[in-house]
Amino acid sequence: MKVTERDVAYVADLANLELSDDERTRMVRDLNSILGHVDSLSELDTTNVPPMAQVSDRYGVDESKQGTERFAYASREDVHEGLRKSFPPEVALANAPDSDGTFFRVPKVIER
Amino acid sequence: MNLAGLTIDAVRSAVTERTSSAAALAEAFYAKIESDDPKIGAYLILSKERALAKAAEIDRLAEKGEELPPLAGVPVGIKDVLVTKGVRTTAGSKILGNYIPRYDCTAVARLEAAGAVVLGKLNCDEFAMGSSNENSAFRPVHNPRDLSRVPGGSSGGSAAAVAADMAVATLGSDTGGSIRQPASFCGVVGLKPTYGRVSRYGLIAFASSLDHIGPLAKTAKDAALMLRTIAGRDPMDSTSAELPVPDYVSELDKPVKGLKIGVAKEYFGEGLEPETRSAVEAGVQKLANLGCEVVNVSLPHTKYAIPAYYLVATAEASSNLARFDGVRYGFRVKGARSLSDMYRRTRDEGFGAEVKRRIMLGTYALSAGYYDAYYLKAQRVRTMLTRDFEEAFKKVDVIVGPTCPTPAFKLGEKVDDPLAMYLADIYTVTANLAGIPGISIPMGVSKGKLPIGMQIFGKHFDESTILRVAHAYEKAV
Repeated sequence: MKVTERDVAYVADLANLELSDDERTRMVRDLNSILGHVDSLSELDTTNVPPMAQVSDRYGVDESKQGTERFAYASREDVHEGLRKSFPPEVALANAPDSDGTFFRVPKVIER
Repeated sequence: MNLAGLTIDAVRSAVTERTSSAAALAEAFYAKIESDDPKIGAYLILSKERALAKAAEIDRLAEKGEELPPLAGVPVGIKDVLVTKGVRTTAGSKILGNYIPRYDCTAVARLEAAGAVVLGKLNCDEFAMGSSNENSAFRPVHNPRDLSRVPGGSSGGSAAAVAADMAVATLGSDTGGSIRQPASFCGVVGLKPTYGRVSRYGLIAFASSLDHIGPLAKTAKDAALMLRTIAGRDPMDSTSAELPVPDYVSELDKPVKGLKIGVAKEYFGEGLEPETRSAVEAGVQKLANLGCEVVNVSLPHTKYAIPAYYLVATAEASSNLARFDGVRYGFRVKGARSLSDMYRRTRDEGFGAEVKRRIMLGTYALSAGYYDAYYLKAQRVRTMLTRDFEEAFKKVDVIVGPTCPTPAFKLGEKVDDPLAMYLADIYTVTANLAGIPGISIPMGVSKGKLPIGMQIFGKHFDESTILRVAHAYEKAV
C-alpha cells in the first residue's frame, strides 16, 4: 500500500475537501488501485526526454520563430477595456450565493 | 418531416424551399424529445425560447427569399459543459446546478451565427469526467440502441441525442475520448479536432491542455459542416491556432486512392474484443479495396498512455476545479462556521465521487515529494507518445484502429471499479496527449446488435484527410 489514510487526510486538506470516514476509506482503496497501475511508467527511461505541458507550443505555430515571437499573434497592447467590456457589478454578482450588491459576501475569514 | 436520418443539407433545403419552416422543425424535435427522452435522459435543460426566436429569424429570411446561412434552421444540442448566455449550464454537477452564464461559448455562438437552432443542453458526466455518463449528478443516460447499456461518456447525451434523432447534430467535448467513445457506443460520427483548431472559450475546463470541443453527427459530411463553422482563431482563447480553416466540405470528395493507411499492432492487442477486432479489420480491408495502401506502423508506448493520461488530466483538473468554492457562483453549503469550513463542506457536498477522486489523485501527483515521480514523469512520457505519432506519420497519411476495446457495456457494470472504467479509454487518450485529430465512425454492429466504431487519426491540423477517409468509407458501404 502506497497511500495511507493519513496521506488521504493530508491531500484532502490541500484540496479543500472535507471527506467523510467512508469516503476516506474508499479513497485509500481507489488511489492505491490507480497508482498501482500508474507505476508501470517507472519502466521507461525518460532521462533525456523533455516534459510536454502543451501541444500548442509545437504545432500550428511558425517554428522558425523563437520564444515569445512565436506567439506574437496572441498578444495585444495592454488597454483599459480588453477584448470585451468588464461585467457591471450586478451582472458579475448575479450568480453569487451571497452578496451585498457590491461585493461577494463570505463567512468570517479569521477564526478565533 | 421524418426526423430519422435527417442531415444538415436536408434541413437547409427544406427550409430554403419552404417545405418546412425552421419553427415547425424545432417544434417537431421538441415533440420527439418530449415523447422519447424520458427513457433516454439525453437532455438536461431545454432552451425553447432561444431556439424558437432563432428559428423565427431564419424563417423571416426564407420568406424574403434571401440566401440562408450554411446551418439555417438546423436543430442542434449542446453538451452542458459549454456555457450559454441566459441558459442554465451545470456541467452535470450539483455545484453548478443553478448557474446561469453571462456569456456564450465561442463554438455555440458560431453555430448560431451560421443559423443553427439550439434546442437545449445535453447530459454528461460531471465536469466531463467519466466514460459511461453514470457520473452525471442529475441522471444517467441510456443508450438508445439498447436501453440497458451506457451511451459512453462523457458526451453521452450528445451521442444519444443524435442516435435517437433528438438533434441533427450536437457539440461535445473530448479530454480523453469523450466525443469518440460515446459516438462509437451509440453508432454515430464523433470528431475530436486538433488541439487549437477550435476555441475552448466558454468550455468549462477539466484539463486545459487536453480539452477539445468537437461535433457529433450522423455523417462525416455533417461533421465537416459543423467543424467548418466552429473552427478557427478566436482572440478569447490564446491557444487557438492562427491558421486558415480549410473548406472541409469541398475536400470530402477528393479521391482516397493511394492514401497510406497505417495500422498499429498496439491497437489490436490484449483486451480488444474479437468481434470488434474483426469489424475493424473488415473496415481496413474496405479502405484497401478503395485503393488505399495499408502500411504497418508501430506506436510502441501506447500501453503507457492511460497512466500518463490519468496523471496529467487529474493534475490539471485539481487546479481547474479549485475555482468552485461557493463564493462567486454555484452551490454554497448552509450554516458554515468559517470561510475554510464553507469551502470544504461546499466542495464535499457539491462534487460527486468521481470528481473528488480525480481532484485527490491530481493533488497527490502535484504534492511535494511526488511531483517529479508522477506529474513530471507523465509529462515526459507524453513527449514519448507524441513522438510515436510523429514517427508513424512520416510513413502514413492516417492511422486506423478501433475506437474502444468493446461495444457499450451495461449500466452499473463498471461503476465500482474506477480503474476498469479508465481502461475503456485506452485507444482514445493518446490523441488528446499528442493533440492530433481523431474521428470515430460506425463500423457495423456486434451479434448483440451493438454499434462498433472505427477510429481514424490524422496529422496535426489535417482534419481534411480523416474526414475524407470517413466520407469515402460511408459512401462505399
